Amino acid sequence: MHTLRAIYIIGYREILRYWRDKPRIISSFARPLLFLFVFGSGLSPAMGGLARGLGSEGLEAALGEAIDYTKFIFPGVIGMNMLIASLMSGISIVWDREFGFLKEVLVAPISRAAVALGKTLGGSTIGVIQGLLILALAPSVGVSVTPMMVIQLIPLMLLASFATTSLGVLIAARMRTVESFGMIMNLLTMPMIFISGAMFPLRDLPSWMDFLVKINPVTYAIDPLRQVIFRAQGLPEAALEKLPQMGLGVIVFGHTMTIADDIIVIVAFGVTMIALAMWMFSIQD
Amino acid sequence: MYIIEVENLVRKYGDLTAVDNISFSVEEGEIFGFLGPNGAGKTTTISVLCTLLRPTSGRAWVNGHDVVREQAAVRRSIGLVFQDPSLDDRLTAQENLEFHAVLYDIPADVRAKRTEEVLRMVELYDRRNNLVRTFSGGMKRRLEIARGLMHYPKVLFLDEPTLGLDPQTRSHIWEYILELREREGITIFLTTHYMEEAEHADRIAIIDYGRIVALDTPENLKSMVGGDIITVKTRDDEAAARQIAARYGVKVRRTADGLSFKVAKGEEFIPKLVVESETEILSVGLRRPTLDDVFLKLTGREIREEEAGPLDRMRERMRRRARRH
Repeated sequence: MHTLRAIYIIGYREILRYWRDKPRIISSFARPLLFLFVFGSGLSPAMGGLARGLGSEGLEAALGEAIDYTKFIFPGVIGMNMLIASLMSGISIVWDREFGFLKEVLVAPISRAAVALGKTLGGSTIGVIQGLLILALAPSVGVSVTPMMVIQLIPLMLLASFATTSLGVLIAARMRTVESFGMIMNLLTMPMIFISGAMFPLRDLPSWMDFLVKINPVTYAIDPLRQVIFRAQGLPEAALEKLPQMGLGVIVFGHTMTIADDIIVIVAFGVTMIALAMWMFSIQD
Repeated sequence: MYIIEVENLVRKYGDLTAVDNISFSVEEGEIFGFLGPNGAGKTTTISVLCTLLRPTSGRAWVNGHDVVREQAAVRRSIGLVFQDPSLDDRLTAQENLEFHAVLYDIPADVRAKRTEEVLRMVELYDRRNNLVRTFSGGMKRRLEIARGLMHYPKVLFLDEPTLGLDPQTRSHIWEYILELREREGITIFLTTHYMEEAEHADRIAIIDYGRIVALDTPENLKSMVGGDIITVKTRDDEAAARQIAARYGVKVRRTADGLSFKVAKGEEFIPKLVVESETEILSVGLRRPTLDDVFLKLTGREIREEEAGPLDRMRERMRRRARRH
């Protein structure tokens, strides 16, 4: 019981600190807005032929109209915001270590594994909040939002956020300075987003990129979000079936990943990461 | 039973031996001090006793629990005020204390009462809902002491508790600490490089380059110096030095201010010196031995007694970080 309360308060502190840092929340909107409105509007005309060669002309036209580039990257932008927030949770650990607060936590009668878990849960919640903030922009890009969609999205976002936050905590577990952590963040974040099927359709890719996409955990985190969002856009069933072949789904060894499949991958990844993070945290100097 | 026991403790950082085979015991209710220059191994020793670091070899027990094998039990028995501030700037004073209370499993019904109690004790109750970011250095230190006491520890570790604080705040903090010992029978383990601060201790271990060079009460240590310190300024220091050494059989040191030497019963010696001196004496000073003199006698060096400014503290932090790699 004590451990559970301790995990809770550690997570709660993360959320409290996040919420009190309004400048950070506001500036976290900058990149998503850039992608959605600048990138999206700029590239939309060029993406018209997404549905080429997959069915009747009528179907192609309907699909092409329903899913322009801005709508296409919307799930990816949600994922991007969540990923960045999650990895930033790791920074809070390194920050605490560098500026002393971590000692207060380490000298308390709770296990270090519990500390790692608390930080991860706090960070995951922040990730979901960041994702929801972007979801609120949906109307402005022409994406319709239904209550059912939101109810389905939240657990999926929580799962995805948990996986990426535990990756951040793992990286932070033995890192000494904020600068080193920042470097790793830069090396990881953008590549992981770009090679995840969030930014461009996974159709006719060179084989090396195709491989990277398939082993990137973020791919499987964003795919369920995309599926839920597109399913709620009122497209005919026939059109929805074509989506994976358009490159708007993930096909591994000929099998199209369903949401359930994605969840299995994400959970496996997340559990591995958090187990490693808890272990690394427990190693004492 | 000793409340703290240390046996042949060694702690290395790679090739650097920060703590070199030290052993000592602390009695319950004592104020025990570690006095030594920066880098002597004080913080490292405290870190081992607080389970933040593992010993390279040797053993230690706090409140009867082994610091390696019974970590949770040790942590429940100790409170710690670090050298570097370890509060969360973005939370309020109250929130910092509540965080601590949950981590230390203080029951919910007791939490609010205890928080108020410790805040009032350090006179920060009116500021409980202010962000710690707005606090002065002295206030932060007081809050940290309050926090360290919340869970009724048996030992309070204070690592350079008044470093960087002005004299008035320093004496206020010591008032609390001494009152604490009176009221709650707590044991205080203190590290410092300030002589005056070490004087508060019942017993002091003088530590240098990772070794204990002396361990005794401040009084006994000072009497080790062998008398009072006399400083004289004369017309001809060189001649005077020779005469004094020859006539009284004392070792005379030349310093920037003149000559310095030790005698028993300084007040009775001075009139004799002035009358019998062959060189004209310009001024005489008499000083009781301080712990700095003890350190000087034991190691040939002085403890650097300056106020550690922010630059020093940053350097210390860098040095510590370098060691950890």
